[in-house]
Amino acid sequence: MLVAAIVFWLAAWGMNVAIANSPGRDTTPARVMVPLMFGVALLVLWEGLVTAFNVPGVILPPPSQVAQTIAGSTGMLWIDFRQTLLKGALSGYAIGCVVAFLVAVLIDRVPFLTRGLLPIGNFVAALPIVGIAPILVSWYGFDWQSKAAVVVVMVFFPMLVNTVQGLRETDAMQRDLMRTYGASYWQTLMKLRLPAAMPFIFNGLKISSSLALIGAIVAEYFGSPTHGMGFRISTGVGSLSIDLVWAEIAVAALAGTLFYGLVAWFERRVTFWHPSHWH
Amino acid sequence: MRNLVPVLVVLAVIAGLWYAAVAPMNIRGALMVAERSGETVVPEGTSTRFDVSVWKLMADNPDHIHLAYGLDRPRLPTPGQVAGELWASTGAMALEGNGFSNRSLIYHGWITLRSTLWGFLLGTFLGLLGAVAIVHARVVDMSLMPWAIISQTIPIVALAPMIIVLSSQVGIDGRGVPKAIISAYLCYFPVLVGMVTGLRSPDRSQLDLLKTYNASQWQVFSKLRMPASLPYLFASLKIGIAAALVGTIVGELPTGAISGLGARILIGDQFGTPLAIWAALFAAAILAGILVTLLDVTQRLTLRRMGVR
Repeated sequence: MLVAAIVFWLAAWGMNVAIANSPGRDTTPARVMVPLMFGVALLVLWEGLVTAFNVPGVILPPPSQVAQTIAGSTGMLWIDFRQTLLKGALSGYAIGCVVAFLVAVLIDRVPFLTRGLLPIGNFVAALPIVGIAPILVSWYGFDWQSKAAVVVVMVFFPMLVNTVQGLRETDAMQRDLMRTYGASYWQTLMKLRLPAAMPFIFNGLKISSSLALIGAIVAEYFGSPTHGMGFRISTGVGSLSIDLVWAEIAVAALAGTLFYGLVAWFERRVTFWHPSHWH
Repeated sequence: MRNLVPVLVVLAVIAGLWYAAVAPMNIRGALMVAERSGETVVPEGTSTRFDVSVWKLMADNPDHIHLAYGLDRPRLPTPGQVAGELWASTGAMALEGNGFSNRSLIYHGWITLRSTLWGFLLGTFLGLLGAVAIVHARVVDMSLMPWAIISQTIPIVALAPMIIVLSSQVGIDGRGVPKAIISAYLCYFPVLVGMVTGLRSPDRSQLDLLKTYNASQWQVFSKLRMPASLPYLFASLKIGIAAALVGTIVGELPTGAISGLGARILIGDQFGTPLAIWAALFAAAILAGILVTLLDVTQRLTLRRMGVR
């Protein structure tokens, strides 16, 4: 079993090398195929190692067992997914990002605030804000509202800092040009400065997307109704049902990747003009 | 320095708002204290007051508002209370000579700092290794880069309790190692991405020039790519160390740890002592500030010596 897994891994690696050095390496199939092979080979190797060395399921369950758990408890996973991600993370993400965006536009109009708030925002964005989870849980109760509140606070400053920085991206020449056209503040904002700020705004949105998941899950460790991903993970570890924990992690990983992919997809639609998308 | 006045003004406004918010946040607790000490409170009984809005409570009991600023277990402590608690658990204890007892935040900060630094070293090392491999081998670039991105969308905190169980099953005692693993996980990605960009920042003509000198790949790396990547490296390190600190604290949160700043937050939550939570929170923020500032200073000194700016 182990030998087969290692052979498979080597074969996959060899194939990846072949694809990466072939003339068709920049085509979409190659771009999808290579990382996919890498991931599948890792899973096969994991399965092989766990079964070969008889690692008990409480330490590290094989991927096949995790897959069985996922298939067997889709109902519960869906309930947890709805509670933590749709209610907690997504609503907090939406509120936090929209409010941060509006505040950024507001403080951008006042240079004094830009100079005063940006350094503080930069600093707060680097702080371990997850720590406020217990305080907000005690303020807003156990249900998803407190999780959304934690997410709002966590995504606010990264989003604010990125948006303000993006709004400063246009140079004086471009703004002067708009002025010679007789454009009002709002026209300049909508037609010139917001489009120019989009790469920064999407950078903020992407950073916030993973922070939102972290915030929603960590907040559940401090109290939650008897469902939710964070609740299930902490009780799953306590009762040593590690396969269930891995199942939750798989769902979280999939949801996080889809979330990120969605933001990146919108980014490519909106900022198609940016140099980083040319190749 | 130009920003100093605006920053101070904004900070003062924030402190003012905070101070103003304390009264409505704590008025229910304040009225409860007042009622217990026998004073007359307008709607009597905690449960009847539950339906009354905080603003009406404040308007009806103007004499008791000041109590909101001195509660033992406030919902929202005043900045002064937080500063007092912070001083009581750091400086005051150090003056008494037990700055390193397990009740002082210096001790807990040190525990957190140690794991953070180990995680930071490990994460930076892995990030650098990955970046060098990605820049030099196409197959690594194509297979690893997408997974590095995906790994960041996995909420690591989901793994935190499990990493701790796993490492104790494998036979690693204590929480230092698992915490360092978690913080390394959060910290390698910014370093990896920044270094890939940095190592690729020399343009074609510079690389071609080295080729005309017949430079080996190692020489291209050490003489051109590495120096060119330093500004990117420092930018990533600053993000990385902040991420490493978050990782350590998250590693201490959900797992019943007993030492470290995250554990102080956890214990403050379990024993219902909000002041302890706030003090630990601010200690963590101060620690993050010190670490980022240290790296910033190192960056300035290094880049100036290299003549970048």
